[in-house]
Amino acid sequence: MFKKLLVANRGTIAIRIIRACRELGIPTVAVYSTADKQALHVRMADESVCIGPPAAADSYLSIPSILSAAVAYGADAVHPGYGFLSENGDFAEACQRSGLQFVGPRARHIRLMGDKPRARRIMKRAGVPILPGSEGTGVTDLREAQAHAKAIGYPVLIKAAAGGGGKGMRIARDASELTRLFPLARGESEAAFGSGKMYFEKYLERARHVEFQIIADTQRNVIHLGERDCSLQRRHQKVLEEAPCPVLDARLREKMGRAAVRAAEVVVYSNVGTVEFLLTANGAFYFIEMNTRIQVEHGVTEMVTGIDLVKESLLLAMGERLRFKQKQIQMRGASLECRIYAEDPETGLPSPGVVTSHHPPGGLGVRIETALYSGYRVPVQYDPLVAKLIVHADNRALAIARTRAALREYMIDGIKTNIPLHLKILDDPDFQSGQVATDFLSRFAPPEQERQAPRAVQS
Amino acid sequence: MEVKEIKALVALMNEFGLIELEIEDKKGKVRLVRAGANSNAAAPVVDHRAAPAVKTQVTAPAKTAEAVKPSAQAPELAPNQRLVQTPMVGTFYRKPSPEAPPFVEEGDTVRKGQPLCIIEAMKMMNELEAEVAGRVIRILCENGQPVEYEQPLMVIEVE
Repeated sequence: MFKKLLVANRGTIAIRIIRACRELGIPTVAVYSTADKQALHVRMADESVCIGPPAAADSYLSIPSILSAAVAYGADAVHPGYGFLSENGDFAEACQRSGLQFVGPRARHIRLMGDKPRARRIMKRAGVPILPGSEGTGVTDLREAQAHAKAIGYPVLIKAAAGGGGKGMRIARDASELTRLFPLARGESEAAFGSGKMYFEKYLERARHVEFQIIADTQRNVIHLGERDCSLQRRHQKVLEEAPCPVLDARLREKMGRAAVRAAEVVVYSNVGTVEFLLTANGAFYFIEMNTRIQVEHGVTEMVTGIDLVKESLLLAMGERLRFKQKQIQMRGASLECRIYAEDPETGLPSPGVVTSHHPPGGLGVRIETALYSGYRVPVQYDPLVAKLIVHADNRALAIARTRAALREYMIDGIKTNIPLHLKILDDPDFQSGQVATDFLSRFAPPEQERQAPRAVQS
Repeated sequence: MEVKEIKALVALMNEFGLIELEIEDKKGKVRLVRAGANSNAAAPVVDHRAAPAVKTQVTAPAKTAEAVKPSAQAPELAPNQRLVQTPMVGTFYRKPSPEAPPFVEEGDTVRKGQPLCIIEAMKMMNELEAEVAGRVIRILCENGQPVEYEQPLMVIEVE
C-alpha cells in the first residue's frame, strides 16, 4: 500500500482520487495554486501544499514544483487525474526517477499514444481498423497538405500530430477551405503542443463516438469494461455521455471490445486507459486514438459495471494483478453523465464567480461529483467543468427520466450553468431514440458555432 | 435598484428577523445576507478523524502538517517590517551544509543580497537573498521543514 499519495490535480477529479485513497487508507497530499486556496480538494486532503501562482503553467503544470512538494512532504505516489500533466510522458518519467510511483501507464505508453500518427501506424499493423488518412510522421507544409487531402478525398479532418483536447482540429470540405484552415490549425497546434506537425483523416459525417474502457495489469492481462457513447460534443468537448451505447448489440460490442483489448495488448499497456473509435451507421468502426489516463466520464462505466476505476488504478499501480476476468464483466442497466459547465447556456461563454447557493440532487441512482459548495468562488483560470451528474437506472428510458428529475432539482445560484442545455437534450426525440451522431449538438448551438468541428477528443 | 429601496429592504429584514432576502424585478436582482448568520456560506469542513488513514498518520506526516499550517499564516507586520517568503515549494534549510553554522540568527543584521536560507527543490539548492537591508527579527520555520509557495520564512525590520 502507498505510504502517502500526492494528487497532482484540482476540482472534481482531485476529490474523486482523495475519496478512493481514503477508502484504501492512503493519506493524501493536495496541491493548489494561490487561486485555489478555498478549493474543496484542499480541505478534503489530509495535507495541502501551495505550489505556485494562479497560472497553470507555474502551478498545476509545473513538474519541478509538484515533484518538490511530493518529495518534501514525504509522498511515495502521484496520481495525475485528467488534463494537466496526466498525458505528459516527461512527468511520468520524472516521477519514477524521483522514486515516486506514477498512477498510470509507463512513460513510453504515454509518449507512444501521444504521437497520433505513430499510434495509427501501430494500430494498422496490429489489424485494428483505422480511418483512411495520411501516412508518415506528420505534415507542416501546405502544398503537402493539399496533396494528402486530395488523395484521401474531401471532407478531411485536419488534426495535430501531438494533439488532444480538440486543439488544432478543423474540418476542411474542399481545397479552398483547406488552404484557409490548415495554417490556423497548425498555429493552434504550435501554441498548444509546441509542434506544427499535422495529419489528416477522412471526415465521417454521421458517425458516433464510441470508446472502450480498458484495464490492464503489469503482467500482460488486459480486459475491457464495455463502452461509452460520447457522441454529444460541442466545441471539441464532450457534454453528455452514456453507457452502454444505445445502438451496440452484443456481437458488435464483442468485436469492438476485442479490437480495443488488442490495441492495449500490442503496446503491452498497463493501468486504466480508453480506446476511442468512430462508429458508422452500418456498423463499421475505426480507431481514432487511445487516452492513457482516467477519463472525465469514467463514472458511467463504474455505474453499469460496479467497478471502482480509480481504486483499481491505484491497486494496479501498486503492481497488483487484475482482479477480474473478461467473462465476469457485465453491464447492468444504463447510466448517463451530464457535465455541468460554469457557462452561459445561450452563448456558451464561461461564467465564473461566487456560487451563492449550492444544492445538489439526491436519491436512488443519483451521483454527484463536484468541487462546488455554497460560498465558493469559481476561479477564472481553469476548466469550466464544475460538476458531473451521473445517473444510473434499470434501462435507458428510466435513466433519462431520472436524469431530468435530478437536473430540475439541482440548484446552483450565482453562476450560470449549462443545465438548461442538458434539459433540452433530454427532451429531444432523436436523443431519446438513441439516434445521434457527433454533429447532434450543432442543432442547439448559436449559428456561428455550427461551422466548428463538433467532434473532439478531450477525455 | 436605488439605495433607498435597499434601505427599505434592510429595514424589512430587521423587522422580521430575516437572515437572507433575494428579490428580482425588471431592474435586476438583489440578494441580502446577514453577516455571520448564513452558515450555508461557510466552506465545508472535512472531518479527517473519520478517515481510516488517520491511524497511519499520527506519526511523522501529522507533525509536518501541524508544523506547516499555523506558520503559513502571515504574521502581523509593522510598517518598517518586511516578510521573506519562499518563491517555490520545497524544503527549508537554515544552513549551507549540515555542519555549517546557520546563515542568520534572530537579531542579526543583514545587508541587501546577503544569503538568508536555502530552499531545496528537485535536488537543487536555491539560496534566498535578503531583498532589503535590516535586522532579522523573526525566523518562522524550522530547519529541514517542508515549505509551500509564498510561505512566510522570516521577518526583517528595515533600518
